[in-house]
Amino acid sequence: MTEAKLDLGKLSVSASPHIRCDESIAKIMWMVNLALAPAALFSIYRFGWSSLTIMVLCIVAAVVTEYAIQKWQGKPVTINDGSAFLTGLLLAMNIPSTLPWYMPVFGSIVAIAIAKHTMGGLGFNIFNPALVGRAVLLASWPVAMTKWPTMTSQIDGMTSATPLGILKLQGYEKLVEVFGDKMTMYKSLFLGSRSGSMGETAAILLILGGVFLIYRGYIKWQVPVVMIGTVGVLTAVFGQDPIMHMMSGGLILGAFFMATDMVTIPITVKGQVVFAAGAGALTVLIRLLGGYPEGVCYAILLMNAVTPLIDLGFKPRKFGARR
Amino acid sequence: MNYWAIFKKGIFEQNPIFRLALSLCPALAVTSNVFSALGMGMAVMFVITSNNVIVSIVRRWVNPKVRVPVFITIIATIVTLTQLLLEAFLPALYKELGIYLALIVVFAIILARAEVFAMKNGIVPSFFDGLGMGAGFALAMLAVGTIREVFGTGAFLGIPVLPASYNGPLILILAPGAFMVIGLMIGMFNVIGQWQDKRAEEKQKANQLTVQRGEA
Repeated sequence: MTEAKLDLGKLSVSASPHIRCDESIAKIMWMVNLALAPAALFSIYRFGWSSLTIMVLCIVAAVVTEYAIQKWQGKPVTINDGSAFLTGLLLAMNIPSTLPWYMPVFGSIVAIAIAKHTMGGLGFNIFNPALVGRAVLLASWPVAMTKWPTMTSQIDGMTSATPLGILKLQGYEKLVEVFGDKMTMYKSLFLGSRSGSMGETAAILLILGGVFLIYRGYIKWQVPVVMIGTVGVLTAVFGQDPIMHMMSGGLILGAFFMATDMVTIPITVKGQVVFAAGAGALTVLIRLLGGYPEGVCYAILLMNAVTPLIDLGFKPRKFGARR
Repeated sequence: MNYWAIFKKGIFEQNPIFRLALSLCPALAVTSNVFSALGMGMAVMFVITSNNVIVSIVRRWVNPKVRVPVFITIIATIVTLTQLLLEAFLPALYKELGIYLALIVVFAIILARAEVFAMKNGIVPSFFDGLGMGAGFALAMLAVGTIREVFGTGAFLGIPVLPASYNGPLILILAPGAFMVIGLMIGMFNVIGQWQDKRAEEKQKANQLTVQRGEA
């Protein structure tokens, strides 16, 4: 038995916390950006260079706005942490690639300046900034925001309705007819050969990115599973095609990347499950009964609004406290 | 009392919409174009000034216990008068304002001025207070209306001022746009107010220093 030597160099006295993990805001944010990268690259492949232009415009506008506001307020400038970059990228994923240049810029500025910094900056915003940007754009330019590039051709100016748009206006038979048959439709939805917003089409790439985030532990698997599951169960109950509903629209993008935004969802897993179920139910309500063909954006924003309430209901019990 | 000071405080320091945040309902509802915003501003300016004068005249004979019903009755009378006048001479504006014209009766700012100022002051100061508050309200309505109409539709009072290719965000003319514009304007006024307070403080300090030096 050897006598343990006292290594004074390793003994340091400090205040807690004593053990730190190597996670940081910047690391998490850049990882989420990385997880979105495959779907983003696919959208450039699918919708052409206009898609890349919109992405760059959104990201640059978001980062510049963040820089300008933080400089003006005399706060430390945190544009390198990737959160503004992520907001810009998410906003770009949520809009069609046919928009003129000023719309994505306006959306990004609203997202960062109004949704994020009037609330106090990162960590204080009650609504997901990218979704607020999208909602504002949809209210501002409803025609341009619902013109989607076609599924079959990449020529600029050719537009067609999204699968959910066709479903809303012309019914399910017409939708199946557009794709040929049911299996082709499922395959197209899964692989992303359909019209829609830039980043929402390729279900498989989004799921891949989401699984990566779950594996890294940045998001809980319960949120996307419960949200997409709720949509599937409810649409089946209402006699719709659940598989089609689960894979179309912005549901997969929303469930993996926006309903899981750490700032705007409840803290406990139980609360997050309630949040996800609520968002899924609202999505189905808007899709089937509301005036819009797609409702993921508003569903998540509405649940963001009740997040503090959910947090109140799911306070963890203090150790030793009575039930 | 300095009448100019009484008049001026309603325009900036105690602007009904941007500093007191009173009567936000019309500021949200009828500011989607300059015409109705300005019309509403003028109507309120008229009501608030006449109401202040009348309340100031009758205040000696009103039992404080029943002052609020009395105020409301006076305001309702003036508003009905305004409504009939507008219907007769400016039917376009009357149509544009719709229900909001009758709602002037319950605008917080009018009751507030009667309660806070006219009940305690003479006729002439009350008149200037009403005029200043009304002018502040009308200017605020004009500012919000201008921003919303010019950037929402590219026109001012219906006359195009921005190039025809301008495709403004529709949201500015819709209700959420009103909330955003007014919120940002209130924020701007708070920033300016803080900056003014700071400057006044520095001035005071500088004055104190010179006084101390003079004594020494």
